[in-house]
Amino acid sequence: MENGKIYLSPEYEVVRSDEKCIRCRVCERQCADDVHYYDADADRMCALDENCVNCHRCVSVCPTHALKIKVSENRFRENDNWSDTKVREVYLQANSGGVMLGAMGTPLKYPTYWDKILINASQVTNPSIDPLREPMETRTFLGKKNQKTVRDADGRLVTKFTSPQIELDAPIMFSAMSYGSISYNAHASLARAATELGICYNTGEGGLHEDFYPYGANTIVQVASGRFGVHADYLMAGAGIEIKMGQGAKPGIGGHLPGRKVGPDVSRTRMIPEGSDAISPAPHHDIYSIEDLRQLVYSLKEATAYRKPVIVKISAVHNVAAIASGIARSGADIIAIDGFKGGTGAAPSRIRDNVGIPIELALGAVDSRLREEGIRDEVSVVVGGSIHSSTDVVKAIALGADAVYIGTAALLALGCHLCRSCHKNNCNWGIATQNPTLVKRLNPDYGARRLVNLVSAWKHEIMEVMGGMGINSIEALRGNRLMLRGVDLNEKELEILGIKYAGESI
Amino acid sequence: MKRVFVNEEWCLGCRLCEYWCANANLGGKTASDMVRNLKGRKINARIRVEDGANDGKINFAVQCRHCYDPMCVKSCISGALSISDGVINVDTEKCVGCFTCVLTCPYGCVMPSDDGHVVQKCELCLSNAVGSPACVEHCPNHAIVYEERGVL
Repeated sequence: MENGKIYLSPEYEVVRSDEKCIRCRVCERQCADDVHYYDADADRMCALDENCVNCHRCVSVCPTHALKIKVSENRFRENDNWSDTKVREVYLQANSGGVMLGAMGTPLKYPTYWDKILINASQVTNPSIDPLREPMETRTFLGKKNQKTVRDADGRLVTKFTSPQIELDAPIMFSAMSYGSISYNAHASLARAATELGICYNTGEGGLHEDFYPYGANTIVQVASGRFGVHADYLMAGAGIEIKMGQGAKPGIGGHLPGRKVGPDVSRTRMIPEGSDAISPAPHHDIYSIEDLRQLVYSLKEATAYRKPVIVKISAVHNVAAIASGIARSGADIIAIDGFKGGTGAAPSRIRDNVGIPIELALGAVDSRLREEGIRDEVSVVVGGSIHSSTDVVKAIALGADAVYIGTAALLALGCHLCRSCHKNNCNWGIATQNPTLVKRLNPDYGARRLVNLVSAWKHEIMEVMGGMGINSIEALRGNRLMLRGVDLNEKELEILGIKYAGESI
Repeated sequence: MKRVFVNEEWCLGCRLCEYWCANANLGGKTASDMVRNLKGRKINARIRVEDGANDGKINFAVQCRHCYDPMCVKSCISGALSISDGVINVDTEKCVGCFTCVLTCPYGCVMPSDDGHVVQKCELCLSNAVGSPACVEHCPNHAIVYEERGVL
């Protein structure tokens, strides 16, 4: 219930250089939050600071660089215990009576283990490789690997996979982001880029828009607890099927796409009525055990004639290693683990900021556990949840991953400025919105180009770093934890990551 | 010959093209040039954004098409308008300000210049400091392109 006036000052302040402002009003036309307006009587541009989400659209388009968004200096009295944010949240909740909503990954300061892991390089006793002159393989196959070495009648090795695989030209995929949470043009960009790059993007739980079936070979189709848009053709359309059990940003809870984002196209794609809220329950109501999961895995395999590998995506939680072991035994081909820093289009921010564990530790624990149990080759492992750069990819693979999912990085490539307001359906960059006037701000010709550039650049860097280590394939890097050393980590962290401290020899 | 084209699907109606056009044709190139050139001035750009129907969801920037058989050149009584290498140029020394071209241009892309005595039109920024269409360079959504599309 709304309750009285809220005594909060605006978080941001729009600072305009009057010397530079030429009153072109581009800021006004481009701000979907109605911050800027022109006062004709005074011939000046004005701003409603309280509406600003600090997305930097106006800053980016202002032709004379007259704008600057400042974090307001109006803060509550300094207090290390009750920070401004914490006080503000109490005010907001006292006013609304609702849960705090947020979007994208947690902005809180948690350790980033990638930054505490260093990579090895060859010196003197082993040769490094120049990827510009020598072959370097970044291709990766995801899926159950053959358990036995088999030879044919002539004694030649049988190299054919016995289980379906997803082939990737680089060990990178675009994370699941549903059509609904992101725009048509964002999906178009991801689909085209994935196809050009020879990797996969992921539909997320919102079904596959009819226009994107031609990109099926580079699509992972997702089946989540809401089962939106799931039908036989959909399952057959992709390179693989992902069962979404959890998401790093909101482990243990479901999803909620507000009805205002469910327009005619989203409605048709999700197979739900226009304007209705799309609610994904927290659990799959038919899955309460590994045995139940196995039933769904095999239902999907049966429905696709055993031609599509099945991914089970979970969020990284405390018992992740045991859960992964169960998933590996459920018949799934691939396990995707989403760390607690992973992004979202909308989540209760308390959950996003406090639930789950770091992906690095989860990956270390899962890979070790699967190896100990002798079932590592039964499944591929894909990790996501704040992969920031090519070296994070290299570190993830050396820790034991087969490939990574990138979501936030992909959105950044599309122009996202991480203002974390996706849940408002008012994305000024045309990404997390269904408003047609905003959606057209993302031209997929250039969105796709920027995604291709990003992943190509990362691929080059991955080859450089691998070459430096004297490694010439992703295959040889995978789980090669001796290539990693930790800094600023305690014994327990090193143990879980399964790496040595910097300076320790083999 | 390369021409400027606008794809209305991606035109946002932000009007940055108009301001960069005005700036370029006043000899400017950079953001600070724009402050100097356009501060306190009503712009008279050679590219104009039309805000169409459909709740303003369609926008379209339009400027000289550089027609192969241009009405403006045919109608010019003083020989001020001419075609060189496909680009239609205006010689302001010869222009007498009769504005017949303004009336005949089917696209509304020839207009009186600020002083009202001669006409102005898009000359693709080929002879100003920018050197290639400023509207294309500064379109934030790549809606305006400069490309070869054969005979129109």
